[in-house]
Amino acid sequence: MTQSRRQFLKSSGALIISFSAAPWNALSAQDQGQFGTHPSHIDPGKLDSWLAVGSDGVATAYTGKCDFGQGIFTAQSQLVAEELCVPLARVKLIQCDTSITPDQGTTSGSQSTPTNFNSQSLALAAATAREALLNLAAKKLVEPAEQLTVANGVITGKTGRAVKYEELIGNRHFNLSLSPTAKRRSVAAWTVLGKPVPSLDRPALMTGQFEFVHNIRVPGMLHGRVVRPPEMGATLAHVDDQSVRNVRGLVKVVVRKDFVGVVAETQYAAAVAACQLAVQWNPGPELPPQQNFFDYLQKQPSRDVLGVDSGDVDAQLSSVGSVIRAKYTYPYQMHGSVGTSCAVADVKADSATVWSATQSAYPTRSIIAKLLNMPLDKIRVIFVRGSGCYGLNGADAVSFDAAILSQAVGKPVRLQFSRQDEMMWENLGAACVVEHRARLTKDGIAAWDREDWVASRGSRPGYNQPGNVITGMLLGYDPEPIEPRSAKAPAGKLRNGSNIVPSYFAGCVGGSCQGDGTIRSERALTHSVRSPFFTGPLRSPLRIQNTFANECFMDELCKLAKADPVAFRLQHLKNSRVIGVLKAAASASNWQARPSPRTDTSRAQTVTGRGIACVAYEGDNGYAALVAEVEVDLQTGTVRPKRFVAALDCGPISNPDGLRNQTEGGILQGMSRALVEEVIWDKKRITSVDWETYSSLYLDYEMPAVETVFVTPTDVPATGAGETAITLVPAVIGNAIFDATGVRLRDLPFTPARVKAALVEVEHRA
Amino acid sequence: MQEITLKVNGKRHVLKIDPETPLLFVLNDELGLCGPRFGCGMAQCGACTVIMRGQVVRSCVMPVSAVGQDEVTTLEGLGTLEQPHPIQQAFIEEGAAQCGFCLSGVILTAKATLDANPDASDQEIRDALGGVLCRCFVHSRMLRAIRKYAETRRA
Repeated sequence: MTQSRRQFLKSSGALIISFSAAPWNALSAQDQGQFGTHPSHIDPGKLDSWLAVGSDGVATAYTGKCDFGQGIFTAQSQLVAEELCVPLARVKLIQCDTSITPDQGTTSGSQSTPTNFNSQSLALAAATAREALLNLAAKKLVEPAEQLTVANGVITGKTGRAVKYEELIGNRHFNLSLSPTAKRRSVAAWTVLGKPVPSLDRPALMTGQFEFVHNIRVPGMLHGRVVRPPEMGATLAHVDDQSVRNVRGLVKVVVRKDFVGVVAETQYAAAVAACQLAVQWNPGPELPPQQNFFDYLQKQPSRDVLGVDSGDVDAQLSSVGSVIRAKYTYPYQMHGSVGTSCAVADVKADSATVWSATQSAYPTRSIIAKLLNMPLDKIRVIFVRGSGCYGLNGADAVSFDAAILSQAVGKPVRLQFSRQDEMMWENLGAACVVEHRARLTKDGIAAWDREDWVASRGSRPGYNQPGNVITGMLLGYDPEPIEPRSAKAPAGKLRNGSNIVPSYFAGCVGGSCQGDGTIRSERALTHSVRSPFFTGPLRSPLRIQNTFANECFMDELCKLAKADPVAFRLQHLKNSRVIGVLKAAASASNWQARPSPRTDTSRAQTVTGRGIACVAYEGDNGYAALVAEVEVDLQTGTVRPKRFVAALDCGPISNPDGLRNQTEGGILQGMSRALVEEVIWDKKRITSVDWETYSSLYLDYEMPAVETVFVTPTDVPATGAGETAITLVPAVIGNAIFDATGVRLRDLPFTPARVKAALVEVEHRA
Repeated sequence: MQEITLKVNGKRHVLKIDPETPLLFVLNDELGLCGPRFGCGMAQCGACTVIMRGQVVRSCVMPVSAVGQDEVTTLEGLGTLEQPHPIQQAFIEEGAAQCGFCLSGVILTAKATLDANPDASDQEIRDALGGVLCRCFVHSRMLRAIRKYAETRRA
């Protein structure tokens, strides 16, 4: 499979046509699609929606979970090869195309593996197909299905007679429903899945042959640029078309409410026109000052949700014992994709095709239908990979923008954002404040109360909220509102999707204690507050913010108890999988049991320390523990991580090489976010608009060693994995700095200036 | 509009084009090359890197008229799918990518550095990569691939 995307799409074209699972307009009768998706014309209950075997023996699989570089293309190909018992080279995977793949909502939240690799969706389809083929072979060979064996797409009977898949089904529909009883192949028997198969995109990537959405070219295609407002909340006053009259190749200035864009014959002409276009804007309101933003956040009206509330924390926190409190802050951060977002839209009078790097093909189709005022079934969104997104970058907004521009000129338009368009208007990772209070007795933590304030505005547009991103706002749509309301008592069962509840809480809701820990006097409250900027999911959304605060505060409690951070954590944990990864990380890192901070440090300029943290990602979607060893320069305040050791438990692993790659990348990305990344703004606008005003660690940074160990219990389902390790990075670095220096840093990022200031302050106090 | 002759990856192209057009747009839009990519338009990230006269150049900020007679080599100019260049092969073997958008900057900068100084130390290689950004943070694998290429080169 060393073919480029162009060849790939070309060669799969025939199958796309012959195997479109259902007529274009025939909406399935299902009331509700799976995973909160909407019913589409492709019925996920039918086998033909997921799989087809061609007369050449090639198995084409259709998935609604797409690859942005996280490796899910290769892993899903392995899955199909494994379950169907065909060689990997004979699997073709078609990703996220609203005309031919089932609606699986958004590829996000570490949900692709739990969704497609367990006992439903793609995995179930492949297993159903294998059983169906065995049944067909049984008839053909006149032998019971149980005594047939299958390998390499060939089914062989006891008598030695054999039949190929393509002879049984080639180019024909299965006409079957997914069989809920179809058996997955056992992990022990895997020959393709679970193996470190090299990512299938590598040869094309390394040789410059890989075609990103940026490389889509359509006959007659024009180029667009958007002209965004100069500040938050500005509205359009006037556009002077004459100001770009002299731009050669200009096709049109497009204005729709507050949306302004230009279309030209070339990228360069579009860029020149966008720069030169004279636009007057009515100013927006002044922004809250960055300096005391977190205080501001805590004073705003909020929508409150209780994750857990035993009802007795206030009483507990006023009784005997040592009570400590601490406040943690986490800044706005950016997705900061290396490539700015890009899409190509071809909007005709009665239909539209959009090539998009969106994580949400079907929802994007719905929003585009709304914005273009066109029937849903006339719009096709085809996913084509973009620059790594790490969540909701500009991919959705640019797809909407491109469609608007294309509709305005009646021709295909390619639109790629400028760096400033991308950064100034992206849906940032949320800023957040967390406050903790806890009481310690000689037996451990008696009570723990934690409360957070999250800045939130918009998010994914979903199927009907265009105002959740900038394009929708400019077109007059509001973001999903945050209606202030106080929290109701938690009901049902424990939900910990954003990891607001620390692992050490018993997590008792509705009489059942589903938390990972033992603390019974517990409260976890979250306040959603309207953000001045758009926000949206950024790798480990809110999980990283909450875990930073929770796991650092746990370390403060360890210090108060004068206990070893591993031992004290274990004392408050009951979930065997969290315990498993914590012990594995401690062991792999050769953890020496002792309290923090270390007391054996000399008065050298550079001190070293170690820190640990653990998490049950989203409560139950992957388990990780991480150890960091860092060096701190006491003169400059510079923090240099030297080594990370991660232990992961994500159930059966689809591709260990892919998982290691994701884990290493996640940890180093987390390090960049912990050490340098922070969005800056002034009175009017975000001023982090390029790589000089928003910091990231470049390739010259001397990266620490990263070691990863896997903990794999038997008979557990596959969980997400790509966001587990990163979730722990700010916390372990903070804990390691404390171990090295005795100074607790509670505000991210840990810049040299901030570290130095904290060191000086502690020295003065001493 | 001006007639400009460009030599790219061993082929000559004659184009009628606005001479101020950034070389990157010409490579992408006129010649259909996918290797160099628009990342920032300000020479801050390296995604648009090409090699000219053995030096790395940020094609997003170079007007096409400034190229002159120099041959331009892009990522696809090194090797092919069937026969990758040894540095590409090293990246394939080490799995040194996730999204892969940044690869022109990484691979071409490393190659130019080692072409100029085959004995470049890890520190020297890293220094050369100081302006190259990878937001998937595949840094360690990339450095490993570059080291592997440096060794095969010396052998």
